[in-house]
Amino acid sequence: MPEMPQSEPGDVVLRLSGISKRFGPLLANDAISLELRRGEVLALLGENGAGKTTLMNILFGHYVADQGRIEAFGEPLPPASPKAALRRGIGMVHQHFTLADNLTVLDNIILGTEPLWRASSRHAEGRRKLAALSEAFGLSVRADARVADLSVGERQRVEILKALYRDARILILDEPTAVLTPQETEDLFATLQKLVGRGLAIIFISHKLGEVLSVSQRVVVLRQGKLVAERLTSETNRHELAELMVGREVPRPKVEPMTPGPAILELDQVTVGDANGGRALLQDVSLRLHGHEIVGVAGVSGNGQAMLAELLSGMVRPTLGTVSLFGDRVRRFDPARMVAYGIARIPEDRHAAGLIVDLSLEENLISARYREPPFSRLGLIDWKAVRHFAAGIIAGYDVRCPGPRAITRLLSGGNMQKLILGREMAGSPRLVLANQPARGLDIGAVGYIHEELLKARAEGAGILLISEDLDELLTLADRVVVMHRGRMSKAMARSEVTIRELGLMMAGHGLSDEVSDHAA
Amino acid sequence: MRLEPRGDAATSAWIIAPLMAIGASFAVAALLVMIGGASPFTVFAAVIKGALGSQFAVLETLTRATPLVFTGLAAAVAFRAKLWNIGGEAQFYAGAVMTAVLGTGAVQLPAPILLPLIMVAGALAGALLLLGPTWLKTKFGVDEVVTTLLLNFVMVLFVSMLLDGALKDPMGLGWPQSSKVIEAATLPKLVQGKRLHMGFVIAVIAAFGVWFINARTTLGFEMRAVGFNPRAARFAGMPINRVMAKTALLSGGLAALAGVSEVAGLKGNLTLDLSSGFGYTGIVVAMLAMLHPLGVVVAAIFVAAMFVGADAMSRSVGVPNYIANVMVATALLTMVSAMLFTRFRLRRS
Repeated sequence: MPEMPQSEPGDVVLRLSGISKRFGPLLANDAISLELRRGEVLALLGENGAGKTTLMNILFGHYVADQGRIEAFGEPLPPASPKAALRRGIGMVHQHFTLADNLTVLDNIILGTEPLWRASSRHAEGRRKLAALSEAFGLSVRADARVADLSVGERQRVEILKALYRDARILILDEPTAVLTPQETEDLFATLQKLVGRGLAIIFISHKLGEVLSVSQRVVVLRQGKLVAERLTSETNRHELAELMVGREVPRPKVEPMTPGPAILELDQVTVGDANGGRALLQDVSLRLHGHEIVGVAGVSGNGQAMLAELLSGMVRPTLGTVSLFGDRVRRFDPARMVAYGIARIPEDRHAAGLIVDLSLEENLISARYREPPFSRLGLIDWKAVRHFAAGIIAGYDVRCPGPRAITRLLSGGNMQKLILGREMAGSPRLVLANQPARGLDIGAVGYIHEELLKARAEGAGILLISEDLDELLTLADRVVVMHRGRMSKAMARSEVTIRELGLMMAGHGLSDEVSDHAA
Repeated sequence: MRLEPRGDAATSAWIIAPLMAIGASFAVAALLVMIGGASPFTVFAAVIKGALGSQFAVLETLTRATPLVFTGLAAAVAFRAKLWNIGGEAQFYAGAVMTAVLGTGAVQLPAPILLPLIMVAGALAGALLLLGPTWLKTKFGVDEVVTTLLLNFVMVLFVSMLLDGALKDPMGLGWPQSSKVIEAATLPKLVQGKRLHMGFVIAVIAAFGVWFINARTTLGFEMRAVGFNPRAARFAGMPINRVMAKTALLSGGLAALAGVSEVAGLKGNLTLDLSSGFGYTGIVVAMLAMLHPLGVVVAAIFVAAMFVGADAMSRSVGVPNYIANVMVATALLTMVSAMLFTRFRLRRS
């Protein structure tokens, strides 16, 4: 049990005063002042690009603030020193875990706390300290399990224990629920309450309103680098926070009921990867998607959704089973073929697959169709025709940019996504494959993307929407399937499922997985 | 000190960077010259006079620039698609060998047929030589830096074998050299009685050709897209392996034309010292030109001027002509760092 400083609940343990940070023309943090008190969870709420991460990187010594000062436990914190932050008891749990997969939990926790030149590491002492911490905070972990064998929720627990092992008294969690099932999220929240009950102070960074409301005592809202509001959680509500975060009223999309059209996409017992023996990436997946329909694919990231998207993008081929598009059995799987089928593909990762960010906007807009007229004839590109087409998309989809010849890298995430959307939706596609289309976008852009998907649905397209955001799925999808370890559940009508049920299925309950494991 | 990305790369940086590189190369060379006990001004004056000071000097510089334009284009084409062709030297010799095989009398055809034939055959030999490593790269992920680099040594030994065997000049008094190319296989001189030949004009035409391919054709677009982000290019449906293969053919062919032009235009026969590292220097030329094909012509002339000028200077002033190597190397290093600073800025932390 770490020694707590002589401070009472409610004492200020961390004070940021007038923090400003500028990146070129962008003012990422504009004179931000806030206080963190002992025994509270302070939520830092804001959209992508609001300056949350910059602020925390300054606090943790990764960046140096242009102006302002930081005090921890009443003493100024030297800038640019992650070491000093650690020594002062500030611990950070990153969104992407920083654990060595091939080591045990205990090794991971001890790693970095011992001098390098000691011949034998003090495992016994470490084990005792870890056991004491686990008990004190109710965080059970198997000290000798390899991290590779742990679930995501367990790994996060190891990250938290790692910080506590280093005597953290201030804990920063950066979007900690992004990778968790709803049940794991509840567990995390219970743990956080226990931690603050023991006198820790926690900064909880999130853009999810529901979580902020259920876990925090106080909320500060960042918008465009400024701290725009500070509220007691008990005195605010979802609606007010959304407005503060976005800066204006946020309408919810309206989904009109529609009769499904003909079958557009049929997957029949599709398996990708090793069919027998090792774990397949997709196992026996069957699904039927109709026109005028959105089917949502739920699941914790890494359970086969990415492979499903790769398959339908033409990047991989099935080892077993059949894929039919528009009643036609697909025999050749390559991206150009899928483009030829007229599938709109909105990939998960804009930078890695969706766009070539070092090319101009207009070049990206023709990256799949440059071989066809009017964009090229006999191998010669007609840049005039390209520019004309690009100007139309840029205007039609409200892409904010210096012009069609600007380098795509310069666009914001939301504008990049609009560019992809414009490119993919321009040909009135009959099948839309949208993999996390709204992830990381601000609420305004999210609304725009959702409207476009609903418009395609109204025009008769079938839409496969892969998302980790259950709210998004339950707002838009007509039917929902859940993926777990490469398997897919039956499709369920939206009206027949609750978030709780989906959460259980995402954790693997009620999927055919267990049955067939026994059979095998 | 740390590097922070710039929001927007300044356009002016793309002009300033090469000038900085040249400036830095002069500064470092000046320092070395002073350490050596000579006056930098005398030395630089002699270098510039030797490179550009007379009609003879200018023609000599352009002659030296000719193979560098070809090998520079070869590197620029390949590097743009992120195909790291370090084998320009091997492809150079492939072209040179083809010229010796077809041009020394075995094939008797009039010049308007024989010269194009030699150029096509030479380019093809270089192209195929690069196709192998490229196939290994796309099929098995074998690092082409290693394979193309090692092929340089293989090729030099192969040429050495030929010059002691099949291609050995029977009248060569035992020297490892091929017979002279025949009249019909000789590139005409541009100026009567001087060394500058038709190869230079072909090189400049090739530069415009590459520029046209880059700017206007689907292949140029594909090469750029694949170079920047192969995964996204594949996602868009581009035939990555075929683009790589076409890039290899173009790059290998261009490097081989340097060998053709040296044998058919300048030296007249194949020898073991035909290349003074033209394949490697082509990489420097391409980098100085920031991979722009027309920039390659300018950069090749600059590098050639340094070498030609330094030769003349070492004869008149007595400072070793190695100073040219130092200057070209410094220019490259500065250029690479300057290109970094067009994307990033240095911050004190």
